[in-house]
Amino acid sequence: MKAYFGRRYMLSASHRLHTQALTADENRAAYGKCNNEHGHGHNYFVEILVGGAVDAETGMVVDLVELDGTVRKKVLDRFDHANLNLDPLFADRVPTTENFCTAIYDLLRHALPAGNLEHVRVEETENNFFECSARG
Amino acid sequence: MIFLTRRATFSASHYYWNDSWPAEKNERVFGRCANRNGHGHNYTLEVTVAGEPNPVTGFVVDLKWLKDAMEREVLAAYDHKHLNLDAPEFKQAIPTTENIAVAAWKRLEPAVNAAGGARLSRIRVYETPEIFAEYRGEA
Repeated sequence: MKAYFGRRYMLSASHRLHTQALTADENRAAYGKCNNEHGHGHNYFVEILVGGAVDAETGMVVDLVELDGTVRKKVLDRFDHANLNLDPLFADRVPTTENFCTAIYDLLRHALPAGNLEHVRVEETENNFFECSARG
Repeated sequence: MIFLTRRATFSASHYYWNDSWPAEKNERVFGRCANRNGHGHNYTLEVTVAGEPNPVTGFVVDLKWLKDAMEREVLAAYDHKHLNLDAPEFKQAIPTTENIAVAAWKRLEPAVNAAGGARLSRIRVYETPEIFAEYRGEA
């Protein structure tokens, strides 16, 4: 029996949307307020959905404590209370939430204690969110 | 194809315990959830049905009908109950969030099929705002 287990985490981080590929004026035009020179921050909600068979002995797709440990080690310890622009993953990528979502997906896809990573959803504010899934 | 989702809440108690394991293994695997005196949650049940809007009514299903079906088939069995002790499906299966999603599907699917016009697409059960499970009818 295949089912899905979802878990939501919060992390707080700063970022600035800016690319060397554009001029200062072009960056301001493309990113608006998000191009502010000294950055700004968000409380990001990261939702992880794990798909897999429900284990007949435990009734679980994945052990919550083990999943929490993996997400803490791979994602929260790395990005919580950090400046995303300074992370090596964003050395040549703008830390838009699209790219942040993809980065988290790539960090977790082969690291889960059980099941398959079905999707990663990142909510930048309560009014916008992004999803990255195995289906592309 | 339109996907229509209705939410309802229920409050229930449960514990995790596999009778074929010794106590020590239950406590190691299930941690605090293995407390035999149980604990409880405010659950949120999300039921998604899929179908084409009826050309006369414009409904995929009548929301009042869906609300009543959810209350009759699921909430009547789970709300203000002890899932391990009061729901027959959890005499054997452990009432994890995954198994509750599967069980709610089994309870609702016959009613949705009998009503015609839509099929059950997804059941999502939130145990807390941060923990949920989904079942999509897959084997």
